[in-house]
Amino acid sequence: MPGLSINSITKRFGDFAAVDDISLSVPDGKFVCLLGPSGCGKTTLLRMIAGLEEPTGGAIVLDGDDITRVPTHKRNLGMVFQSLALFPHLTVGENIAYALRIRGASKEEQRKRVDELLAMIHLPDFANRPVAKLSGGQRQRVAIARALALSPKLFLLDEPLSALDAKLREAMQVELRQLQQRLGITTIVVTHDQREAMTMADLVVVMGKGKILQAASPIEIYRKPADAFVADFIGITNLLPAETDKAGRTTVLGAAVPGVALPSGSAKATISIRPEDIHFSKPGAGAIPGTVSFVRDLGGTVETFVEAGGTTIVAVATPRERPNVSVGQAIGVVLPPESCVVLQP
Amino acid sequence: MNVLRRLYFVLVALFLAAPLIVVAGVSVNQKQELTFPPKGFSLAWYGQIFNDPEWRLALIHSVTLAICSAAIAVAIALPLAWFLWRRIAPWANIFQVLGLAPFILPPVITALGFLSFWATVGLFGQFYTAIISHAIFFVTLPLVTLSLGFASIDRSLVEAASTMGADDRTVLKTVVLPLILPYLVSGFAFAFVLSLNEYIVAYMTIGFTTETLPIKIFNALRYGYTPTMAAVSIFFVTVAALVFGAIAYFGDIRRLLGAMSSDS
Amino acid sequence: MRREPPRALADYAPLFFPALMLIVFFVVPFSIMIAVSFFKRNPAGFYTPDFVFDNYARFLTTFFGSVLGFSLLLAILVAVCCVVIAFPFTYLLTKRSRAVQTVWLVGLLSVLSLSEVIIGFAWSTLFSRTAGITNLFVAIGLMKEPVALLPSFWAVLTGMVYQALPYTILVLYPALVRLDPTLLEAARTLGASPVRAFFNVVTPALRNTIVATLIMVFVFALGSYLLPQILGRPSNWTLSVLITDQAIYQSNMPFAAAMAVFLVLISLALVGLTLLAGRKESAL
Repeated sequence: MPGLSINSITKRFGDFAAVDDISLSVPDGKFVCLLGPSGCGKTTLLRMIAGLEEPTGGAIVLDGDDITRVPTHKRNLGMVFQSLALFPHLTVGENIAYALRIRGASKEEQRKRVDELLAMIHLPDFANRPVAKLSGGQRQRVAIARALALSPKLFLLDEPLSALDAKLREAMQVELRQLQQRLGITTIVVTHDQREAMTMADLVVVMGKGKILQAASPIEIYRKPADAFVADFIGITNLLPAETDKAGRTTVLGAAVPGVALPSGSAKATISIRPEDIHFSKPGAGAIPGTVSFVRDLGGTVETFVEAGGTTIVAVATPRERPNVSVGQAIGVVLPPESCVVLQP
Repeated sequence: MNVLRRLYFVLVALFLAAPLIVVAGVSVNQKQELTFPPKGFSLAWYGQIFNDPEWRLALIHSVTLAICSAAIAVAIALPLAWFLWRRIAPWANIFQVLGLAPFILPPVITALGFLSFWATVGLFGQFYTAIISHAIFFVTLPLVTLSLGFASIDRSLVEAASTMGADDRTVLKTVVLPLILPYLVSGFAFAFVLSLNEYIVAYMTIGFTTETLPIKIFNALRYGYTPTMAAVSIFFVTVAALVFGAIAYFGDIRRLLGAMSSDS
Repeated sequence: MRREPPRALADYAPLFFPALMLIVFFVVPFSIMIAVSFFKRNPAGFYTPDFVFDNYARFLTTFFGSVLGFSLLLAILVAVCCVVIAFPFTYLLTKRSRAVQTVWLVGLLSVLSLSEVIIGFAWSTLFSRTAGITNLFVAIGLMKEPVALLPSFWAVLTGMVYQALPYTILVLYPALVRLDPTLLEAARTLGASPVRAFFNVVTPALRNTIVATLIMVFVFALGSYLLPQILGRPSNWTLSVLITDQAIYQSNMPFAAAMAVFLVLISLALVGLTLLAGRKESAL
């Protein structure tokens, strides 16, 4: 079976399980983001896939071959490190040609491949520059080109864009995704930035405390988060208490939300609703009564903070959709049932 | 405050330089006499180092001793420092302590240890015993510079090389050695300069059979004075200053001497 | 490549040559020296194997006691002089530009690497009647006629301070160059003058470093073997000179070895103290 398959992988450091019995299957040619807060085990998982850490238990299978005990240098993968790890004693061209050189490729072959790769990363004529003379974004691209020099089966990146400023980072995310789609290479990226994961990934794997919390497409993770942690980690959300009243209706902060069912047998649950899904109405008539406490007008969007039933609800809209909201105004908050996600307790 | 500080620097500089200035002055005396300021000017005494058969022989001995012992010292320090960096083996630190000890102990003790050893095994007086003794005595210097060099290598560079297909040996050849080369060269240079100047260990191992320059100077000092001694001293200071200057120029001497990072 | 424990025997291969060299040419010589210290003197050769305490018993003479006392006092005096001169100097040096620091470090290393023979010769010249510093004093009218300033205790002390000063500065340099500059800035913003801040903030913060440096310079000074001979009278000779003298000129290796073992024990005890001081520092 083509692709990468991770079976019950565990990594313990003493008593601490950095990666705790994780299984994951990555189809050939897909782009996967391992997403989570620092210390969740995502980097350890990536390093085990690369062979840089030895698993305490479990197996890693690539294209049907068990590679768990195969040393890193025989795994045929390309990796970009958080520090980029460009060799300071080599030029840009020599860095990119490294993998070919140590396999005894001819000078001509090396030069040809370096030119190809430099063209691919839009840095032609950079071959003879020392790496110290490159800008952050250029170093980034060189590290990517170097990792792809041998057209590896697996492309691994550990927080590759964390050193770049916000604007450049967003541009590189798009570029990286386009490059991956063009090459069709199975890619795994570790990141703690959910926007980055949303931009690039086919499959987002949210991790916490050494476990996988949810693995799904970005939009599914966003629309149907598995639990409160995932919902809160991916984008901004409102986590609101829901309960079943005497009449059997589901209510949120006192207002009925028809069409939302709590799991059978539980009288209380938490629902997640995204800020852009919230509507406002006049107070009363089935809406949650609240008071506007703060308005953040960012030009492109307006964030409205509403105090309701002891919590703060955030709503987002464009200025045209929501022209006349001011602090202190009494308002009704409407939760469209189709946008409410009932979370597992 | 500023004036005081400047005065302080000048006084320390003067203290360190004064004897060398006088020796430099003495070394250019026209006649064979110990006077300062010098009477006349002559560089003939510098020529003596290379022309006089005895001084030339001592110079050859010293340079041979310094080159060979520094090379062996590096050959001992390099695999040791590499092993300590590459492996987790706490007990192996004992060898690091052994490598540092000869330099920290009073030199007379190390010298006497070598004297007892070579006398006991019956090789006393052979020239190569001095080479080995100096190599052990000065192994500390390349060991310290190389340990610093290894510590400065970002381990992700090594990991990156292995993801690109480099095995241990290839990593060593293509990444690790090029990166520690400056530290290796400075370790060699430190050992070389100190071996060139060393007296007591050389004296206690081969002092009865062979003269190195420091031994020759000391012997000459006891039998009377010649300006060649002054010339040799200045020659030595110049060599040391050139070597350390080169290390500072091509490498980062502040880092080697313990400043935390090269950008501080 | 992560650090990992050695597994196969081949993983130990790099250790083989260094371990062999250090054991054969350092541990074994050292052990032989200790053994020799219990041997009997053989005026015709080096020694005769035996097991006697005579060599150590000789320590109990007043002559030996006074040499030991003198050596220790001299080394303490050298250490104190060096640290008093070097500490403020090194501190000021770390405040200078990188280029200035580099030039000084090159100069200090050059002086440090000088053979004791050359240092002895240089100072004996500087203190001599014909080429010495007193000629300068005569020239500017401070003295009537030039005199020889050696052999004397002060000549020995000056020479040894000269020898140990670059060492002291280089030992202090890392600690001072890494000193957090905000510490001093904080003191300055609270109204302390630079000099006051130096004595009230820098000096206490580095108290353990100063103690460690004193001990290291003390051990370094204990090792001086030629300067007391060249610049001093026989009454200024130290333990190191005596060891050399016994080993080379009196051909009494066993007694020299016994003294050396004794000197090692003193040095080791002090190096141990240094490490202890260093550990306390890092624990703070």
